[in-house]
Amino acid sequence: MHIPDTSAGASKEFIVFRLGAMEFAIDIMAVREIRGWTPATALPHAPSFVRGVINLRGAVLPIVDLAERLGFDPIELSARRVVIVVQIGARLVGLLVDAVSDILSQPHETIQPIPDVASEVVKLYVQGVFAFEDRMIGLIRLEHLAPPSLGEAA
Amino acid sequence: MDPMETIRQTFFQECEEQLNETETGLLALEIGEADSETVNAVFRAVHSIKGGAGAFKYERLVRFAHVFETALDGLRNGRLEASPSAMKTMLRSADLLADLVREARGDAAVDDARLEALRDELGRLAEEPGEPATQAADSFGFQPLTLSLGDLAPETPPSQGWRIVFRPAPDLYRRGNEPARILRELAELGDMRVTCDASALPLLDAFDPGGAYLAWSIDLTSAAPREKVEDAFDFVIDDCELRVAPLAPAPDAEAANADGLEFTPLSIDLPMIDAPTAPQAAASPPPTERKVETVRAEATVSQTIRVDLERVDRLANLVGELVINQAMLSQSIVEAALPRASKAFDDLTALEQLTREIQEGIMAIRAQPVKPLFQRMTRIVREVADATGKMVRLKTEGEATEVDRTVFEKLADPLTHLIRNAVDHGLETPDERAAAGKPEHGEVRLTAAHRSGRIVIDVSDDGKGIDRARVKAKAVEKDLIAADAQLSNTEIDNLLFLPGFSTAAAVSDISGRGVGMDVVKSSIQSLGGRISVSSRPGLGSTFSLSLPLTLAVLDGMVVKVAEQTLVAPLTTIVETLRPKARDVHRLGVDQRVLADRGVFVPLIDVGIEMGFRTTPADPLSGVVIIVEGDGGARCALMVDSILDQRQVVIKSLETNYQQVQGVAAATILGDGRVALILDIDAFVAVTHSQPPLAAVS
Amino acid sequence: MSMTILTVDDSRTMRDMLNLALSEAGYRVVHAIDGEHGLEVLRAEKPDIVITDINMPRLDGYGFIEAVRDDPGFRNLPILVLTTENAPDKKERARKAGATGWIVKPFNAEKLVSVVRRVAA
Repeated sequence: MHIPDTSAGASKEFIVFRLGAMEFAIDIMAVREIRGWTPATALPHAPSFVRGVINLRGAVLPIVDLAERLGFDPIELSARRVVIVVQIGARLVGLLVDAVSDILSQPHETIQPIPDVASEVVKLYVQGVFAFEDRMIGLIRLEHLAPPSLGEAA
Repeated sequence: MDPMETIRQTFFQECEEQLNETETGLLALEIGEADSETVNAVFRAVHSIKGGAGAFKYERLVRFAHVFETALDGLRNGRLEASPSAMKTMLRSADLLADLVREARGDAAVDDARLEALRDELGRLAEEPGEPATQAADSFGFQPLTLSLGDLAPETPPSQGWRIVFRPAPDLYRRGNEPARILRELAELGDMRVTCDASALPLLDAFDPGGAYLAWSIDLTSAAPREKVEDAFDFVIDDCELRVAPLAPAPDAEAANADGLEFTPLSIDLPMIDAPTAPQAAASPPPTERKVETVRAEATVSQTIRVDLERVDRLANLVGELVINQAMLSQSIVEAALPRASKAFDDLTALEQLTREIQEGIMAIRAQPVKPLFQRMTRIVREVADATGKMVRLKTEGEATEVDRTVFEKLADPLTHLIRNAVDHGLETPDERAAAGKPEHGEVRLTAAHRSGRIVIDVSDDGKGIDRARVKAKAVEKDLIAADAQLSNTEIDNLLFLPGFSTAAAVSDISGRGVGMDVVKSSIQSLGGRISVSSRPGLGSTFSLSLPLTLAVLDGMVVKVAEQTLVAPLTTIVETLRPKARDVHRLGVDQRVLADRGVFVPLIDVGIEMGFRTTPADPLSGVVIIVEGDGGARCALMVDSILDQRQVVIKSLETNYQQVQGVAAATILGDGRVALILDIDAFVAVTHSQPPLAAVS
Repeated sequence: MSMTILTVDDSRTMRDMLNLALSEAGYRVVHAIDGEHGLEVLRAEKPDIVITDINMPRLDGYGFIEAVRDDPGFRNLPILVLTTENAPDKKERARKAGATGWIVKPFNAEKLVSVVRRVAA
């Protein structure tokens, strides 16, 4: 646990997770809960990164394979995989990731623009990067992950 | 909440009802389908709005309601004739009244000029037959005080007080008044000395219990002004002889005698006045009898209760959860492999029955008739007719049909749009109609009915029908279809629902407003409903909405397709069967039809259609469900097996995701997993946009 | 035991307002929605005072008052009519029908209760 630096004022807390060998982060304020993967019900005519829907205490929650959404290899499903339930606007979406690795606090000014080498898809869904110790962490832009664009080929 | 605030809300609710009543009544009057009670009802409605508005000090509303009411009173007592022009003014006044109510609620502002203009118009209407209405109201001969007050000239408060001589007439008692109560009220103004004149009391055999034999002389020592004293006699002023004179410095009985009233002094003990007087005692029955009747009366008085909507919604959600839990319980019982004869199965059946009854009960609470919604449409018709110079009659049917209140609320906008469209685009101008040999008045029909577990609402007009050549040209122009596309009439009509389609050459202020039929379609779909259109050139068009009865629960058949569990709504299922080889026919490369009692129905491989598998299943290995869409068209759905038949809770896919082709909604089954509910109409629609089957049979 | 007042009015708003003012003043209030209903409730409840509106469906205030007065059991029952300002004709007609007094709308709670006290035994 990292104690937020109160003098910085603009520090935010992030959930850090892994997709393959890479690390990404989501603003903790958007995260509703984190749960283990359970089999989803397939949706017809859905893009392949939509893994289906699950029952989240009575609500129907779509599951997005975030790795596949970013153009990486699909996540191999197992009970060890993690679903991060995030709120985007009025909707709840479950993001399938490999594992949650950290919760950390980061001053806003340390976030840098995404390097130009990244693919267009990555640029669409990653709003910036920041360094933590010797790791590089990408900050996910949530608003583009909500339906209906969620279902569109970006 | 502040009780007055609650009452204020009640007032606005009631206003809506009364505005509807007003409009309905005026419309009936306009077409001559009214009786005297109709006018009375309209008058009462406006009068009630005025009364309530007065209580909340909505001055503009009160003033206009008053002018309106005066004109209606003219209509009621025959001073004013229900001419077409008068009725037009009345209807516009009803619209303005509705807007003023909205203004009072803080939802709108009414233009002063419009208010003035209509107020003048109403005023002129009321005056038309010669006699100004205001004068008519004042011409009733009521004088507040009928007494001659003699030479009691100086109205300055006397230093001493007042001498009051009070002789009740028999009518005073007949109206439930009581001298003792008046004396009690006077006593609050100061010290008083009362003498009773009983000299007029007859002998017992001549005594009339309804007569008035007593008179009082009261010397009131008080600084109260004359009005205050007379005020106590306000209710009885016409039922008595009353004199109020300043008390002479040395009050004595002589002054009264000088007035010609003979008194036999009889002092009255003031405290006695508080004791019940004889007539009232007679009016009150013995307490025991009363108690019994009270109980009975309460049963008849409180027939309705008002409940916060949130509580009902919460209850509806809980029943949803109950249905899911029951499904889970049922699953557990099956998994426990209890013997079929086990009592657990019976108990489960009983529980299911109870759940169903609770569900139906809550549905009934949430249901409300479409009548207010339909009534709102009459105004829309009138406004659009006025703006377009068309003559229109709105006919409504099935107003008592009940819909879930969520449906009710979300139906207003689409319905408004359809009605506007019908008048603006559907109907012709009176000239065009006359030229086409039609009556000048166009007709828009709005009907609601329950049909096979759904609610069907139709909006139809007897106008020119859809101009298909123009619709097609427009669609080509907007790149919605290819220029050489071969489309059936139905397909052309359905182009209207495509996003970005608008037929009006100039987007009119009336139907335009930036919403197209695609918005209407998606709002109906979000209610689990669908919309279809049919049209005949020169005869008119009908837009038909089909909506689920309830948004919460449906009876479904649970089926298995390619390892996926799906639910088909029971109301759509005609039959299930295991097809025989001779009934399955190939039609083209990958299409098949099923002969079902001599009728060919398209056979759909649900697994392929939903993208759950790529190799077609063998129709003979599975089960076929014959389903029927809203329009009555059928198709045969191939599934692997039927698992169960049960009530399922409807969960929206759109809350967190989006609409999915072929899927009406989702549900949660006993194992806690999500299952999709099939959109039968989408399947039927897909198959029926193919070449007509009659060609091959 | 507190006095029972029967209010007869087709407007829910008005019934609610009467109810609020009168119950706060300690009266027990029973309601009826029109004259006909008023007669039913009257016979069942035997109220101490009646307050009635004039314009009502089925049986209006005048008819209601006349019917009450026709019943020997209620000949002396105080009946107040609700009337709007500037309606002396209504007051007069109500009086002819047998009304005891009137309450002018719009009323405030204080005024209402003082008028009720005036006719209350």
